[in-house]
Amino acid sequence: MGNMKLNLKIWRQKGPNDAGQMKDYPVSDVSEDMSFLEMLDVLNDDIVRKGDDPIAFDHDCREGICGSCSLFINGEAHGPGKGITTCQLHMRKFKDGDTIHVEPWRAKAFPVIKDLAVNRGAFDRIQSAGGFVSVNTSGNLVDGNAVPIPKDDADKAFDAATCIGCGACVATCPNGSAMLFVAAKVSQFSLLPQGRPEAKLRALNMVEQMDKEGFGNCSNTGACEIECPKSISLEHIARLNREYLAATVTKE
Amino acid sequence: MSTLDSKIPPGPIEKKWTDHKSHIRIVAPANKRRIDVIVVGTGLAGGAAAASLAEMGYNVKAFCFQDSARRAHSIAAQGGINAAKNYQNDGDSTFRLFYDTVKGGDYRAREANVYRLAEVSANIIDQCVAQGVPFARDYGGLLDNRSFGGVQVSRTFYARGQTGQQLLLGAYSALMRQVGKGAVQMFDRHEMLDVVVVDGKARGIIARNLITGELERHGAHAVLLCTGGYGNVFFLSTNAMGSNVTAAWKAHKRGAYFGNPCFTQIHPTCIPVSGTHQSKLTLMSESLRNDGRIWVPKSLEDAKAIRDGKKKGSDIAEGDRDYFLERRYPAFGNLVPRDVASRAAKERCDAGFGVNKTGEAVYLDFGAAIQRYGKLEANIHKIENASPEKIRELGTKVVSDKYGNLFEMYENIVGEDPYMHAMKIYPAVHYTMGGLWVDYNLQTTVPGLFALGEANFSDHGANRLGASALMQGLADGYFVIPYTVGDYLADDIRTGAIDTKSAAFEEAETAVKGRIDHFLNNKGTKPVDDFHRRLGKVMWDKCGMARNATGLLEAIAEIRRIREEFWRDVRVPGTANEFNQELEKAGRVADFLELGELMCVDALNRNESCGGHFREEYQEADGEAKRDDVNFRNVFAWEWNGDPSTSPLHKEQLEFEVVKLTQRSYK
Repeated sequence: MGNMKLNLKIWRQKGPNDAGQMKDYPVSDVSEDMSFLEMLDVLNDDIVRKGDDPIAFDHDCREGICGSCSLFINGEAHGPGKGITTCQLHMRKFKDGDTIHVEPWRAKAFPVIKDLAVNRGAFDRIQSAGGFVSVNTSGNLVDGNAVPIPKDDADKAFDAATCIGCGACVATCPNGSAMLFVAAKVSQFSLLPQGRPEAKLRALNMVEQMDKEGFGNCSNTGACEIECPKSISLEHIARLNREYLAATVTKE
Repeated sequence: MSTLDSKIPPGPIEKKWTDHKSHIRIVAPANKRRIDVIVVGTGLAGGAAAASLAEMGYNVKAFCFQDSARRAHSIAAQGGINAAKNYQNDGDSTFRLFYDTVKGGDYRAREANVYRLAEVSANIIDQCVAQGVPFARDYGGLLDNRSFGGVQVSRTFYARGQTGQQLLLGAYSALMRQVGKGAVQMFDRHEMLDVVVVDGKARGIIARNLITGELERHGAHAVLLCTGGYGNVFFLSTNAMGSNVTAAWKAHKRGAYFGNPCFTQIHPTCIPVSGTHQSKLTLMSESLRNDGRIWVPKSLEDAKAIRDGKKKGSDIAEGDRDYFLERRYPAFGNLVPRDVASRAAKERCDAGFGVNKTGEAVYLDFGAAIQRYGKLEANIHKIENASPEKIRELGTKVVSDKYGNLFEMYENIVGEDPYMHAMKIYPAVHYTMGGLWVDYNLQTTVPGLFALGEANFSDHGANRLGASALMQGLADGYFVIPYTVGDYLADDIRTGAIDTKSAAFEEAETAVKGRIDHFLNNKGTKPVDDFHRRLGKVMWDKCGMARNATGLLEAIAEIRRIREEFWRDVRVPGTANEFNQELEKAGRVADFLELGELMCVDALNRNESCGGHFREEYQEADGEAKRDDVNFRNVFAWEWNGDPSTSPLHKEQLEFEVVKLTQRSYK
């Protein structure tokens, strides 16, 4: 065990209809080798031993790829540090005696389930509105190398496709917009020949669903790109806008 | 003893699958609409199966415990996926992939299944490309490949260090397309807590809505378990925190035999344990062994000086380093299979050559690769007499392009720059080859209950080769189950909807509820993790990289004690009707506490060493695994009888008609 002492202020909310409040949790013996979530594990262990209700938070892979973990830490999505998720944040980023505020994602489209866990089902619904290439499973498709794809396009499509769907972009946006999330998917497919046939319809349908879910509008503040744990570029929003515009102009 | 019927089709191996597919029964399109299928788990196997079956016209219900189907743990796979495309013209073929996989598994996999896997591997790549999966490509726009352990060709397709993510998101998008059409009903944040068997057939599940705590009954004509592996029985593993054995274990308790539970893959290149707070271990992809060289100091004094912080790895001269994999296995070098690499690292550390505070770490060094690539780049860019700094800079850029995200991940966790200092790595639990016993059709011993992907035992024998897990998950989900489940369901076209009010559903739900109530009313003193940690330590110490009869007997006794104490003294706060993560954990750990014992029993009964199963009593003079093909050329399939230590054992004899059994050599 380490020797850091911290004063945690953590959002507690029993359920979607509870008002919720910040609560103080002093912790000690924090090691700088711990991840932020391991620090919360230790706190929860202590809470359970005392017979209280542990703090609920989403997490799974703990290596920055599943997109389960969230947390607004000291006013930043996924806390301090660029290009990492909360589960990759380690306590060496903090100093002995620090006060740390821990809150859930706050967005109209992400209602709180309990404490720090929120419902991001809206992302799945946007995906099911058009985030795919309409190809059925078949053992008789053309060979994977039949259509060469310029390396640059494949690399850019990959960069967009690294989105983990965590929702940091929404949580950090002053408008609660999901544009970066939607743009990443639209952009990935629009850069690849396999995705071109449905590019217009995809942009229209995904944006329509995004609006239905209650996400805000994009006003180009660029906060999403800065807080995105996968550093997904605003370029993709520009590409989504182009696709969307072209689609509305040519819509029948 | 009952005999297990593997239902391997007759005929030459290269024709079995084609002939089988052409002759089994199918369900007509109009009748598919009358048939319901439950898919539990939405990783590569489950996501692919649910999407494909819905495309075919079945009514599918898909379940996952995560908050979205996209978060299943397949997403964390890093390195790549194998396919016998032979794009590199290096002599690859379906047969070679099949042969490598059977040999890599140390001759404990079923030949026919493995051949089918190799056969459909090329289709997987075509399917994924068509879905818009952005695989790595070369400058000509064609798909790129790299090498993985245990093979001498380049057949691994990849998307930087995030291949699993890209393949899973491909399957997820196919699944979401069907959700959008209403062909799949998606139940996320739902955990399967029992299989319901009606008149000897799997006819549904009991699931808990993890947000409201409500228990739900879901009926179907077939149930597909695609629920992954059980590496978390060791507490510390590279698995996600939520990965668990519960679905498979409930199936086991309802009559599905469990195959080769002790076959565990210990992955050689993981970030070493740093302290008692540790919640999981992080893998560094096997692809790193393409360019990284594994070593420890030649002298014990140097190793001790490094452990004491008096020397760094870079202080050790080239001639004083022991590249032990290259020394012991010159033909394959750093790319020997995982079990071999892991044991070799353990051997060096046990002998006192470990290079971190705990003595349990070896170096994975990119110094030579950075130099080699730097010089190559200098040539390409026509830089004459490049300075050492320039070469280093150019080489670092190449290594960063190939493995950047892995290096960043390492630096975040360890707090040290791996471009400057060699990585320190140590083996960790990664994958479980064992799982529910299935026949050629992926059906368990319970009719109507199928197991796909890591949840079944079938394709990897006693050791899985790198980049083969993704291949198997997608093969099972996209290209095997859509055919084989039809043969089973052909009898159900007139069955009609399954009645979830029947006695079997009632009994199953009552049992699930009783268990939940026990946890919540127990009011013990210790949190769930306490027991899980203790179980994990016993498993790692006595049923890990090396096992012996004495240790296994001790482990069985210790696990039984921990289990007894768990039921008596576990504390689970909160109530049943809410989002209660401690309650979720309690149910999973309860199952691990039974599985762990069965794993030890399995290891104890297998009196040989093979693949990842290394029994210290059975080794060659040079420390290599000593297989016993006379007595153990078989699959152990265990039947549940209420007590893991007295579980009846059934054996499936493995017939090798094509591959000749030899001692696996990578020298």
